[in-house]
Amino acid sequence: MIPELGNFSLILAFGLSILLGVIPMIGAARDNLLWMRLARPLTAGIFVFLSISLLILGYSFVTDDFSVAFVANHSNSALPIQYKMTAVWGGHEGSFLFWTWMLSGWMLAVTVFSKAMPDNFVARVLAIMGLICVGYTLFMLATSNPFDRVLPLPPADGADLNAALQDFAFIIHPPSLYMGYVGFSVVFAFAIAALISGRLDAAWARWCRPWANAAWAILTLGLSLGSWWAYYELGWGGWWAWDPVENPPLITWLLGAALIHSLAATEKRGVFKSWTVLLAIMAFASSLLGTFITRSGLLTSVHAFATDPTRGVYILGFLGLIIGGSLVLYAIRAPALKSEFGFGSWSREVFLLANNMILVVASAAILLGTLYPMVYQAISGGDLISVGPPYFNTIFVPLMGILVVLMAIGPISRWKKTSATYLRQQLTRVAIAAVVLGVAIPVVLTLEVPIAAIGTAVLALWVTFAMASDLWTKSGNKSTRLAGLKSLSLSYWGMQLAHFGFIMTMAGACLTSIYSIERSVLLQAGQSAELGNYTFVFNGTEPYQGPNFIADEASISVIRDEEFLFNLYAQKRLYTASGTPATHMGIDGRFFRDLFVSLGDPRAGGAWSMTLYVKPFVRWIWTGTIFIALGGILAVTDKRYRRYKVRRGEAVSVDSKQKTGDQTSAVSGGELTS
Amino acid sequence: MKSHRKKTLGIILFIAAGLSVAIGLSLYALSSNIDLFYTPTQVAAGEVTPGQRIRVGGMVKEGSVKHSEEQLQVNFITTDYAHDVDVQYSGILPDLFREGQGIVAEGSMTPEGQFVASRVLAKHDENYMSVEVKAAMDAAERQRVMGQIQEQGQSQGNYQ
Repeated sequence: MIPELGNFSLILAFGLSILLGVIPMIGAARDNLLWMRLARPLTAGIFVFLSISLLILGYSFVTDDFSVAFVANHSNSALPIQYKMTAVWGGHEGSFLFWTWMLSGWMLAVTVFSKAMPDNFVARVLAIMGLICVGYTLFMLATSNPFDRVLPLPPADGADLNAALQDFAFIIHPPSLYMGYVGFSVVFAFAIAALISGRLDAAWARWCRPWANAAWAILTLGLSLGSWWAYYELGWGGWWAWDPVENPPLITWLLGAALIHSLAATEKRGVFKSWTVLLAIMAFASSLLGTFITRSGLLTSVHAFATDPTRGVYILGFLGLIIGGSLVLYAIRAPALKSEFGFGSWSREVFLLANNMILVVASAAILLGTLYPMVYQAISGGDLISVGPPYFNTIFVPLMGILVVLMAIGPISRWKKTSATYLRQQLTRVAIAAVVLGVAIPVVLTLEVPIAAIGTAVLALWVTFAMASDLWTKSGNKSTRLAGLKSLSLSYWGMQLAHFGFIMTMAGACLTSIYSIERSVLLQAGQSAELGNYTFVFNGTEPYQGPNFIADEASISVIRDEEFLFNLYAQKRLYTASGTPATHMGIDGRFFRDLFVSLGDPRAGGAWSMTLYVKPFVRWIWTGTIFIALGGILAVTDKRYRRYKVRRGEAVSVDSKQKTGDQTSAVSGGELTS
Repeated sequence: MKSHRKKTLGIILFIAAGLSVAIGLSLYALSSNIDLFYTPTQVAAGEVTPGQRIRVGGMVKEGSVKHSEEQLQVNFITTDYAHDVDVQYSGILPDLFREGQGIVAEGSMTPEGQFVASRVLAKHDENYMSVEVKAAMDAAERQRVMGQIQEQGQSQGNYQ
């Protein structure tokens, strides 16, 4: 009975979404305040009913209701309670409910943080999100209902949650990834509402920016957690595989990064308006594309859910409708969006444009590589190919290199026009210091001339020193340095922190690619193997009893310079309910290096095969992303976004030149943000 | 107005130039970095040049997995139940590598007709079969059925 309530609640949410998609939209068109104001209560209703659905599905998991097909396929009575609760997003149907619930959560957030915006704008934004919600809930009800039953003969016990998912990261990676992903639908709704109303001005950009920043910051965390999880769970020693399902969130992330930079220019200078709107549409479309790739099963991937063609067709139709509809609207409305063109060739606008070009080209190249196997199969009549990491690295690494070179200059440059003398004066010392130290440090540390490491160090120091120099210059106009630093805005600090994090992630990625070493060995108990400066001694295995698995636990002692450091423990598990084997790595993670043991299989005579890894700087990748995300969040909290109240009368005017106030504030030191 | 147009044109040309370079580079990188997928039947038909980097996929034949005693080396046979490919691999096999289940191996053929794998991929989920393995199985099944029909035509139903 209770699962039916969940289903009923889902149907109610579907009905309310239709109302939300229609009534406030018509209200906004006819200037009917009552109809417009229905948007907030309808949104709250959708959130409540989707929450009830989600809680009931969770309840079915916790109470082991195996008459619910989704529970029977993704849980087991012996599954630990934290995984029972989170198994809700352990499969296609439940994760889609969770995804839709996330959307309603963002919608609710819009109702809360939109008090300063005009009614007709809020009504349109929520109505558009309501229409997206109609698509999602209908998809669930029609093709993938999480409340479907196995009646009259439910299985005695469940098939268990996929062994690879039974890990702490499974509790946090999908929620953060989904939350970031779905957040881009807010920005999309803002963009479409702006196209419909014709109002796209500095105020619009200011409303939009915190949402774009928040979604992007959370997506950063989601991606990073996924990478960290793949690293320690899958046991192949890598942290990014250019897998067809890893790529779409990266595309969304890159487009999102382009969007928040373009929004800065739109807000401060009234430029790139139609481009910003197009980016918002593309970022959202790429998030839908990710859904399509994951859930249609068209591409081979570690993430793909079980294949079902009807689902793929539905999502493809939805994707076509959304992208097609938005682009038609864009084509009709965008010519009316007049941008200003008053900027010189060394202005910050130009650097932001270059940033956008690089990010969009990188996204396009990744998209091409991801979809190429599918396209090739269609063209060649069934020949299968795969595009390997070399393709992605060939394109992505040089592009990021150029991006990093510009990343030092952009934040120093000024809106409208930067004098070449100023740039030279700011950057000459930075360039000299970066080159000297960037060459000297790797040479001194390694006693050779490692070209790739020198390149990495020079670029990383180039940006870091430029940032420090900028902080020094911008904090110098107050009585004390401390007062100067305090006077800088939160969004400026956010930008600096995010840029620093990006540099750290890039440096970590490059250095770990250059210096990681690995070795696969077959060891008897008591035997040892050398790797780098370390000796790994295999002490043998012990049986280990987990809550729902049994395992052989290998103990490996790590020795350096004839001194015992610590033991690593790696397990080969067998999950008893499903009979699935899984490997649990032994990892010692430090700031400058990880040691990593992945257990293979036992051979005759008590020997085990295993792979040993030494991975310097690998932790910088994820540490950097924490800074990126914090930077994004810091920018959201800037008080500037809460300062402006807009009266209703103003909202009706189609005003594309409202930027005078912002321009003056942009020149005052602290507001120089990007 | 005129300078505004000029600037717009300048920006558009800049973007177009950047994009065409990027597309050119992408296509070049793509052309040199794709791995073709072959089924065991295609391999048996001699469609593969030795040394070329390819992917081969099929089922791991029951009883074919032979671990070396002294080294990490593993030999096994992957099959689409029409033809077999002898695979040699040195390293640790994925958790879900089992006899009777689908795998994809990356590597190249030796002139002697053995496949030396640099990477072996197994499916990640019990219910999930990779598109490539599924295609290999389907192709083999099609060929088997076609073969049966032909044989029946020749030997008048002698075939069981």
